Amino acid sequence: MSSPEPAVHHHGPPQSFIRKYIFSLDHKVIGKQYYGLALIAVLAGLILSWLMRIHLGWQAAAIPLLGKLSPTGAPGNVMTPDYYLSLMTMHATLMIFFVLTTAPFAAFGNYLLPIQVGAEDMAFPRFNMMSFWVTFVAFVVLILSFFVGDGPPLAGWTSYAPLSSVGGVAGPGQGTGQTLWAVSIAIFCIGQLLGSLNFITTTLDLRTKGMSLARMPLSTWGWFVTSVIALLAFAALLPACVLLILDRTAGTSFFSSAGLVVNDQVLPHSGGSPLLWQHLFWFFGHPEVYIAILPGFGIISTVLPAFARKRILSSRAVIGCMVSIGFLSYMVWGHHMFVSGMNPFSAVLFSLPTLIITIPATIMVLLWLGTLYGARMRYTASALFSVGFISVFITGGLSGFFLAQPSLDTYLHATYFVVAHFHFVMALAAMFGIFAGTYFWFPKMFGRMMNETLGKWHFWLTFIGVYCVFMPMHYLGLAGNVRRYAAFTDNYLAPLIPLHRFISISAFFVGAAQLIFFFNLFWSRFWGAKATDNPWEATTLEWSTTSPPPFDNFGGRHLVVYHGPEEYGVDSDTLEYVMQTAPEQIKTT
Amino acid sequence: MQARYALLPVLFALTVAVASVGPAPAGTIEGKVTYTGTPPKMKPIDMSKEPTCAKEHNPPLLSENVVTGPANALQYVVVYISAGEQSAQPPSEPVRFDQKGCMYVPHILPMHTNQPLQIYTDDPFTHNIHPMPKRNPEWNKSQPPGAPPIDTKWGTPEFIEVKCNIHPWMHGYFAVLNTSHYAVTDNEGNYSLKGLPPGKYTVTAWQEQYSTQSQEVTVGATGAASVNFVFKVTPYLY
Amino acid sequence: MGKLFGVVLAIITVVSAGFIVAHVWWMPVDISTIGPRIDRQLDETMLATGVLFLSSQLILAAFAWKFGDDKERKIKYFPGGGGPLIVFAIILVGMEILVLSFVGSKVWASIYMTPPEQGSLQVDVAAEQFAFNFRYPGPDGKFGTVHPERVRDGNGNFFGLDPENDVDARDDVIVGTLTVPLGQPVALTMHSKDMIHSFYVPELRIQQDIVPGLTIPLHFTATKVGKFEIVCTQLCGLGHYSMRSFLEVLPQDQFDQWLKSQSGD
Repeated sequence: MSSPEPAVHHHGPPQSFIRKYIFSLDHKVIGKQYYGLALIAVLAGLILSWLMRIHLGWQAAAIPLLGKLSPTGAPGNVMTPDYYLSLMTMHATLMIFFVLTTAPFAAFGNYLLPIQVGAEDMAFPRFNMMSFWVTFVAFVVLILSFFVGDGPPLAGWTSYAPLSSVGGVAGPGQGTGQTLWAVSIAIFCIGQLLGSLNFITTTLDLRTKGMSLARMPLSTWGWFVTSVIALLAFAALLPACVLLILDRTAGTSFFSSAGLVVNDQVLPHSGGSPLLWQHLFWFFGHPEVYIAILPGFGIISTVLPAFARKRILSSRAVIGCMVSIGFLSYMVWGHHMFVSGMNPFSAVLFSLPTLIITIPATIMVLLWLGTLYGARMRYTASALFSVGFISVFITGGLSGFFLAQPSLDTYLHATYFVVAHFHFVMALAAMFGIFAGTYFWFPKMFGRMMNETLGKWHFWLTFIGVYCVFMPMHYLGLAGNVRRYAAFTDNYLAPLIPLHRFISISAFFVGAAQLIFFFNLFWSRFWGAKATDNPWEATTLEWSTTSPPPFDNFGGRHLVVYHGPEEYGVDSDTLEYVMQTAPEQIKTT
Repeated sequence: MQARYALLPVLFALTVAVASVGPAPAGTIEGKVTYTGTPPKMKPIDMSKEPTCAKEHNPPLLSENVVTGPANALQYVVVYISAGEQSAQPPSEPVRFDQKGCMYVPHILPMHTNQPLQIYTDDPFTHNIHPMPKRNPEWNKSQPPGAPPIDTKWGTPEFIEVKCNIHPWMHGYFAVLNTSHYAVTDNEGNYSLKGLPPGKYTVTAWQEQYSTQSQEVTVGATGAASVNFVFKVTPYLY
Repeated sequence: MGKLFGVVLAIITVVSAGFIVAHVWWMPVDISTIGPRIDRQLDETMLATGVLFLSSQLILAAFAWKFGDDKERKIKYFPGGGGPLIVFAIILVGMEILVLSFVGSKVWASIYMTPPEQGSLQVDVAAEQFAFNFRYPGPDGKFGTVHPERVRDGNGNFFGLDPENDVDARDDVIVGTLTVPLGQPVALTMHSKDMIHSFYVPELRIQQDIVPGLTIPLHFTATKVGKFEIVCTQLCGLGHYSMRSFLEVLPQDQFDQWLKSQSGD
C-alpha cells in the first residue's frame, strides 16, 4: 500500500460480482436496479389489470390457470368477487408504490441526478444501496400475500379502517394478506425515506463548480422537489402503517371504533377512529400523487426543449410551479374525504387550495405549449411521448375541476369518473414521462440506441389505446357507475356493460402494445446500434461523458459549469446548442 | 359419482324422521317435539336485492328460525343421542348442502364429526358460504356460478350457523354431532332414531332459538322407546 | 410525424367531447329538491372545462402540426415570453375558481350544513356487510334502544333490539327498502355496525359515507314517485358490489297506508 487512494473518490470501483451488480454502492447500478424492479412490478400490475378487465366485461368467464394460482379465489377458474378485489388492491399497490414511485423518482433520479449536478455519486452510497434493497424486501413481502391463507388483501390500496384493521373477521384476504400489505408498505416507506434524504443532500451539497441552483436541469429540480415531498409524505405513512400493524397484531384500537359488530360478534375494540387512518393516509396519499407526477414534469421540461431545439419558455416559472405544487400538495388531502363524515365545513376549506393547484398546473401546460410554438420539433419516440404527456395531463387535470368541488363530489365521488381522473393525471402522465425518459436516456444508460420504429409503434398504439380505455370511464362515472364493484348487478348499471366491454377490449390492446416496449428494451440492450456520447445533441452534464458513463461518472474530470441547462437554438450558425460545460467565453444570449 | 348420489336417498331416510317403522333388528327412539306459549311471527324474506330469487319466491318465503306445524308441532329441531353410545367411525358417504334460489337446502343439516360435507350451488350468480363456528376453524369462501362443490368436514361437535355474506337473509345450520343417530323434526314435530342397540341413552333436542333439552331413556332388546320434548317459546324472536 | 400527431389528437379530442355534448351516457333523472342546483353546477363546470379541453388540446394539435423539424424555418419564441401566459393563467383560472367555489359552496352548504326541516320523517339506518336496514319508530314515535351485543342477523335482529324488555322497540318497523313520502323532508340518522359504508342514490345526487362509531345525519326531499337503487360506494368487503337496497317514493296517502300495514300486525 504505497500509493494513497485519490482523495476525490468516495469509494473505489468494485471488483467482485456481488459488489458490482448486486450490493452495489454505485448510484447508476442502483438506478438500474430500481428500473428493473419497476419493470417486474409493472408487468405484474398489467397482468392483474387484464384479469380485472376480463372479469368486468364477462363475469362468468373461466380464466385458464387462475384456479391453480388461487383455488379459493377462482374455483373452477371463475373469479370470485373477493378475488377481484384482491387483484384490484394488488394492481393499485404495485402500480402506485412499486412503479409510479420507483421508476420516475427512484430509478431515473438515482441514475441521473448525481450526473446532472456533476457529482461522482450520491452523498450516502450505503444508504442508497439500503434504500433499494429495503424496497426490494417490501416488494417480496407484498408478493408473498398471493401465496398465504386467503390470498392478498381486498381493502384497496387505501386500506380504509376498520376493514383493514380488524383482521380476518372482515373477510377473505383481510387476515395474513392484509398484515403483509401493511408490513410491506411500512418497509417501503423506510426505503423511500433513505432515498429521499440522499437526493436532498446530494442536490444541496455535491453540485460541481458553477452548478448553481438556477443552472440545475429541470429534471433535477423535479427529483429534488419530489424528494422533499417524499421525505415528509412517507414520514406520515410510516407511523400510520405501524399503528395499523399494531391494531392487527397487538390488539390496539387506533383505527377501530368501539362497538363494532361483525357477523353478530361484538369486537373487543374501543375508542379508535376510522377517520384518523384516512387523515394520515391521505396526508401521505395526496402528496404521493405528486411524487408520481413531479418527476414527469421535470423529465418533460428537460426532454421537450432538447427535441424542440429551443429553450423552455420560462424555466424559473416551471421551477416556481413545481415548488408551489409541492407546497400546496400538503394542504389538500381533505378533498379525498368530502363525503367521509368529517365536518362538512372543512370540505369548503379543502376545496379552495385544491382548485388553486390548478393555477400552477395550468401555467406549466401553457409554458410547454409556448415552448412548442415556433419550435423545430424532432419527433422521436421520446418527443412523441413528451407531447403525449401534455395531452393526457390536460385531460386528467381538467376532470379535477369537477372532483375538487364538494357539491359535485357528492355525485361523482367513488364513481368511474374518479378512476378516469387519477389514471389520466397520475398513472398515464407519469407513465408517459417514464417512456419519454426511457427513450431519451436509454442510450446513456446502456450505450445503445433503442429502436425508433418500434418506439413509434409503441407510442401510437399506447396513445390511442389509453384514450379508448380511460375516456369512456368519464362517461361511466357521469352515469353513476360505482368503482370497486366486482360485478354490475344493479339495474341502472346493466346498460353500461357494453361500454365496459369496449374498455376491456381496448385494455387488452394497450397491454399488448406494452409488449413492444418490453421487446424493444430487451433487444436494444444487447443488439441496439451503438450510441454516441450525445446522440440527441442535448446540453446537460450527462451528455458530457461517455455512454455509459464510467464508474465515477466523469473519468476523474472535475466539470465546471458555465451555462444554463437548456441553451438550444442559440442565435448563431455555428452554435446550434451550447453544452453546460462549454467554455465561459461562449455567449449564449 | 353415481354411487355417491345413490346413497343420498338412504341418508335422507336417516336424517328426516319418517313415521314408518322399519324392520330394524334393534331398538328405536321416537317422539314428537311441541311448544307452549306464543311463537314469534315469521317475517317474509325480502329478496329484492337478488331479483331472480325474488321472482322465484312469490309470494315471499318466511324466515325459518321458528317453524311451527299443526297441534303446536315444532319443526327443525335436531334430536340426537348425546350420551350412552359406543364411539363409532364417521360414515364415509358425504352429506350434501345446497344453495338453491337463495335458500339453504336443507335449513339444518346434521352430520357426524369428520363426515365428508359437500356444498353445492345451483344458482346462476355468486354465493358466499360463511360458517361461523366457535370451536372449529372458521372459513369464508365464495362460489361463483359453475364452481365445483366445496369439499370439507368438521372435526369438533358443534351447531354451526351458516350465512351468505352476499345474501344476508340466507341462514342455516350445520349440526355437527358425535353420533350417526340423529333426526330433524318434520312439520308435525315427529322424529325417530333407529338402529339403536339396547342400552341407556341420553337424547338431546336442540332448537336454534331455544337452546337444548335432554332426557334419559332406556331402549330394550326389541321395543321402541318414546321421548317427547316441549319447548317454551316467546313471542319475540330477538 | 408531428402532423400525424396533430390529426390523431384532434380526432380524439372531438370524439371525446362529442359523447359528452350528445349526452350519450349521462346522469339519471334527478328526483330531489337539491338536484337541479347540482345539475346546474355540473353543467357550468362542464362548459368551462369543455372550452379549456377543446382549446388546449386543439392548440397542442395545431402546434404539433405546424412546428415540425423544418430546417428552413427559424426558431421563433412565443411573443412576449412566459410572463403574459402566466398572468393569463392566473386571471382566467383564478376567476373560474372563485366563481365555481362561491356558487358550489352554497350548494354544498344547502345539503350538508343546513339542519333538516322541523317535522321531517325520521328514519334510522344501520349499514352492515352487505346490506342497508331501515327502521321507522312505529306508532309510538319512539325508537327502541340499540344493544350491539344483541345483534343477530340470522333472526332478523339487525339493530340489536330487545322487544321482550323494551316496550319502545316492539313496534319499530324494520325493513330493507327505504320507503318515503313524496315531497316530504326525510331525515336519516345513519350508523354502521362494522365497516365504512356509503349511502348513494344517483337520482338524489347524494353520497355520504357511514362511519362506524359516528352518527351521520343526512336529509333530502324526493320530488318524483318511483323506485330507485341505493348503492354502497365505500369498499366494505367481498360483497361490496352486491350491497344495495331500494328507495321507494310513494304519494303521501300510499305511504301512510304502507306504514300502517307494516306496524299494524
